[in-house]
Amino acid sequence: MRKFKEFFLEKLIFICGLASILFVLLIFFFLLKEGLSVFKTVSPLKFIMGRNWYPISEPPQLGIFPLILGSFIVTIGAVVISVPVGVACAVYIAEIAPPKIKEILKAGIELLAAIPSVVLGFIGMVTLVPWVKHIFGLPTGLTALSGSIMLAFMAMPTIVSIAEDALYAIPKSYKEGALALGATHWQSIWRVLLPAASSGILAAVMLGIGRVIGETMAVMMITGNAAVIPHTLLVPVRTLTATIAAEMGEAVVGSQHYFALFAIGIVLFAISFAINVTADLFLHKDK
Amino acid sequence: MVKNNPIKFSIKNLNAWFGSLHVLKAINLEIYANEILSIIGPANSGKSTFLRTLNRLNELYPGFKMTGSVFYGGEDIQKIEAEVLRKRVGTVFALPLPLPLSIADNVAYGAKIHGIKDKKKLEEITEESLKKAFLWEEVKDRLNESAFKLSGGQQQRLCIARTLAVKPEVILFDEPCSGLDPISTAKVEETMFVLKREYTIVLVTNNVKQAARVGDKTAFFLSGELIEFDITEKIFTAPSDQRTDGYIRGEFG
Repeated sequence: MRKFKEFFLEKLIFICGLASILFVLLIFFFLLKEGLSVFKTVSPLKFIMGRNWYPISEPPQLGIFPLILGSFIVTIGAVVISVPVGVACAVYIAEIAPPKIKEILKAGIELLAAIPSVVLGFIGMVTLVPWVKHIFGLPTGLTALSGSIMLAFMAMPTIVSIAEDALYAIPKSYKEGALALGATHWQSIWRVLLPAASSGILAAVMLGIGRVIGETMAVMMITGNAAVIPHTLLVPVRTLTATIAAEMGEAVVGSQHYFALFAIGIVLFAISFAINVTADLFLHKDK
Repeated sequence: MVKNNPIKFSIKNLNAWFGSLHVLKAINLEIYANEILSIIGPANSGKSTFLRTLNRLNELYPGFKMTGSVFYGGEDIQKIEAEVLRKRVGTVFALPLPLPLSIADNVAYGAKIHGIKDKKKLEEITEESLKKAFLWEEVKDRLNESAFKLSGGQQQRLCIARTLAVKPEVILFDEPCSGLDPISTAKVEETMFVLKREYTIVLVTNNVKQAARVGDKTAFFLSGELIEFDITEKIFTAPSDQRTDGYIRGEFG
């Protein structure tokens, strides 16, 4: 009886472990099966480089170039904002802050990570969007810039916590060695600690980017969702993720539009996969 | 007593604590220029703490507290800016600590942070310092390789070169040979001998024989107290304290 129980439990755990891989594979195959169908009518090059996204015109024009650029520009904006602030914050927490402030800051960062993205989007919509509109004198505040700022908030916890770990992991001896040569605290941070932690910080940045590119709800709420090629940060854009979320509900199952949305999913998958692999390479560079 | 060189460090009634642990007890000591002072004593006798007090490295640890005073060239070290003091009083640590940079950059690092930007000048300083540390011949063809590729002994001499590059007046050695093989140790000792012509050296060591070989003066620390301080020969031939005698004979330690 006991033996049977052992056997049963062992197999049960094995199946649970297997299930996670199985689900990933199933999702992947489903995505490929549905997404690749669109290439029966549109060539992959035309799909990716096409400048017009009119999925319900007749015949449908399925070019996702504006959407890729939309995702791209929002991400770049978010990175430009969140990386300097996030890394500086990590340096402050790891090196400068007194223990009490350190605890408060760390808790704050975790709290920031816990805010649901729809809440951030909502707050952005009622505060940030009118503000952007007012400052730049725009017809609408629903722009790539608003999206970038909001997404920067979302990337920040990832960047701060991983960069802080990287800084913390540097042997104390490096800092001591620099200080013993008469370096000031700042010189030891700038010339020794940051270079020594650079691979971990790069990984933090990559994971932050991954977070930003996959984000859907907040960007959909505050970037304006116009599928046109953006030339500045101050125009409405539509990202890959927002397109899927906004249009999946109304796409007719089995239509060109439906398959095209799955193909966008494949593109997103490829981008996040590449980012995660790069981040992983940086993180495990030394091993 | 033999004729003394000018006084470099003068330590008056120094007490130090880490938290509630009293690690240095009423130390009075004078360190003379262009001499090697060896500090010996068993583990936890306060040798390294004493050494770190001389260039205010202890302040980096939370809970450190000291009373009494340390004069450097007649000036109270608490009144000298820590960075300035550490530039004049360099440290070579027990384990070689190359920075994650190339060999040349490791040496030039100190000079750079003190504001030397001219490339030519930096190269000169790098070469000069490596020569003084007897490392130049071994690394001159691979200055741009990572410092981590050097052997332990070479890394330690690299750290000496790095300390020399900021042109200090005093060099503190904190058990510089504890991680090294006998041949590397001999090389480091040889380096110290040459360096004392230009610098003042304080050497903390666990190796009593090393103190006998290189020290002009020797101080014996035990449980945070300075038991005996005299010229090295005297300490090793006719110590005046029973405990010093016991330690150098290897009866405890």
